Amino acid sequence: MKIRAQITMIMNLDKCLGCHTCSVTCKNVWTSRKGMEYVWFNNVETKPGIGYPDHWENQERYKGGWKLAGKKLSPRMGTKAGIMKNIFANPDMPRIGDYYEPFTFNYKILHSGSRFKTPPSARPYSVMTGQPMDKIRKSANWDDNLGGTFERRSADKNFDNIQKEIYGAFENSFMMYLPRLCEHCLNPSCVAVCPSGAIYKREEDGIVLIDQNRCRGWRQCVTGCQYKKVYFNWETRKSEKCTFCYPKIEVGEPTICSESCVGRIRYIGMLLYDADKILEAASAEEEQDLYQEHLGLFLDPNDPEVIAQAKQQGIPHNVLEAARRSPIYELAIRWKLAFPLHPEYRTLPMVWYIPPLSPIMQATDSGKLGVNGILPDLDALSIPNQYLANIFTAGDQVPIKTALRRMLAMRAYMRSKTVDGVENSEVLNGTGLTVADTEKMYQLLAIANFDDRFVIPTSHREEAKNVFDIKSSCGFSTDPGCDADKLRNLFGGF
Amino acid sequence: MSDYFFFIGLPYAALVVVIVGTLFRYLNFGFGVSSLSSQFLESRELYYGSRPFHWGIIFLFFGHLVAFLFPAEVLLWNSVPVRLLILEIAAFGFGIAALVGLVILVIRRLKNKRIRVVTSKMDVVVYVVLAVQIITGLWIALFFRWGSSWFASTLTPYMRSIFLFNPDIAAVTNLPLFAKIHIVSAFTLIGLIPCTRFMHFLVYPFRYLWRSPLYVIWNWDRKQIRATRNLYNGVKQKNT
Repeated sequence: MKIRAQITMIMNLDKCLGCHTCSVTCKNVWTSRKGMEYVWFNNVETKPGIGYPDHWENQERYKGGWKLAGKKLSPRMGTKAGIMKNIFANPDMPRIGDYYEPFTFNYKILHSGSRFKTPPSARPYSVMTGQPMDKIRKSANWDDNLGGTFERRSADKNFDNIQKEIYGAFENSFMMYLPRLCEHCLNPSCVAVCPSGAIYKREEDGIVLIDQNRCRGWRQCVTGCQYKKVYFNWETRKSEKCTFCYPKIEVGEPTICSESCVGRIRYIGMLLYDADKILEAASAEEEQDLYQEHLGLFLDPNDPEVIAQAKQQGIPHNVLEAARRSPIYELAIRWKLAFPLHPEYRTLPMVWYIPPLSPIMQATDSGKLGVNGILPDLDALSIPNQYLANIFTAGDQVPIKTALRRMLAMRAYMRSKTVDGVENSEVLNGTGLTVADTEKMYQLLAIANFDDRFVIPTSHREEAKNVFDIKSSCGFSTDPGCDADKLRNLFGGF
Repeated sequence: MSDYFFFIGLPYAALVVVIVGTLFRYLNFGFGVSSLSSQFLESRELYYGSRPFHWGIIFLFFGHLVAFLFPAEVLLWNSVPVRLLILEIAAFGFGIAALVGLVILVIRRLKNKRIRVVTSKMDVVVYVVLAVQIITGLWIALFFRWGSSWFASTLTPYMRSIFLFNPDIAAVTNLPLFAKIHIVSAFTLIGLIPCTRFMHFLVYPFRYLWRSPLYVIWNWDRKQIRATRNLYNGVKQKNT
């Protein structure tokens, strides 16, 4: 057993209101630079929709993630030799046109131009070329709130195995929001396809980062990531990706997207997992088994044997403590409310999602669909269970239904308690939840206090270097100080 | 006099520049040493330009290297006319591939506005040197046959004399003008390596072929630092 800690995020889509605050704060902090104008480390998509970049879920087009070649796991984009050959021109790489051409508006003309013959307007300009653009045709959220036609959004890969035609009618249409960022996978395919070895996973918290000094712009990672969350900076011509705000995480603060989330949908905590089992879990034969295999990797932070082993392997005490208090373990593993995004690509992603409840369809009132006791029938929810299953469990509806039923039961129980004044614990029958669980779930999901949502241990930066060695070596000074070794040049002198 | 400059001065200058310059740039401005790919901005024409160009250049480079290192073996191979023809036609084919690829790449760079934004002055120099190099090479192959045979008696001794620090230019001064241009532009190209995007071939990631697919590193040596008996020497683990 090789125990590692992984910083994990869960998003409660039931409460996501699609405001893009996470995207905008992330953009302001990380990607408002030249070369990165088109990049959104965090973006919010409306589902059904084709997303950003276009059709990112379609791996026949982008060749992201892993596939099983026989029983062996191999990157979908090809073998090592194939990747080396594709360095000259990578045929599966997304282009700027698959994202959008970044634009701004010529506002200056509004207050400095001469008199307009027409009502004044500011034309769009390309930020890349500086040329005026005729029309803005795309952006990172162009299909927001079901914008565009049904024909366009029905190309969504998650409609596979669904009779999608009926959802084109207005009465049957449905939508949900899906905020996306780098998943900081346990078995990242971007790392595996990077020829330079510039992408690595940090062992202390599992954050996946790109070493900019080692990146040589071979751009295979852009294809290798099935979430299309590695972006190519066209100015430096190197890849960049979500850093999980590691400078904040290291001091025990949540990421900027989580902290600024007005719906308080995001949870961050430490999970312990067994790194020896990664390959076995990712190589599960059936795609629908991948979610269960993924769950099987996680270790109970309260198990004395796990604690003893972890201590022996050098995992710091505060990380173990954080894992015990983590909201993630309860939401994802004890209550099984949260699911990985597209487990079928076999990277074992670590940003999980609680599927959204949705309004009861009109057909229920007219008696066409039943009500199961006090709880509505899950088939009466306007988002088809199969659609959610295609996103979160490779098409297996059973775990999705269990999670939705538990969320409905929690609501019914708390409603009976607070509105009717009776503790109707009957609604919990068959869901596997106890009254105590339900109350805790309510506290975590509905109240969602800051300190309950984010349990993040500070990192041990004091141990990254021996402090005795760096004593009186650098600090506030006018000479090169800590950077002295960087300034030393070829000839050792001047 | 100009022969001394072009065939002794220039080669040594180029060799000094390439060794000192690449080291200097890698150690001090290593961030910029990359492929400088513009595929993200335009992909389709790059595919048809970059692939033939790179394969052509790679085979030509190794062809020249073999002719320099093993002249006797090349002459032996060429002693049968059919084998000579095969070698010459293959080499000419790679030259054509490189030229076609280069032309496609130049046109692509000229006509695409986005790519013009990321084009530097040194990229233009690179294109000019490569064009001169490939065109003179093809010209020699066509009109001064058979290069793979006379290479061994003229250029191999010259190159060897350069590398042995005992330059002997007698053989090259009598070569036709196009061959002279080919040599001069070759050394110019070598000298330009540290100043241009040519650098990227030096960092071609061969190591990828045998590294493990997953890559997990610690920021510090957690075991050592926790074992109080060893005084941890405080060296941060490098991302290697």
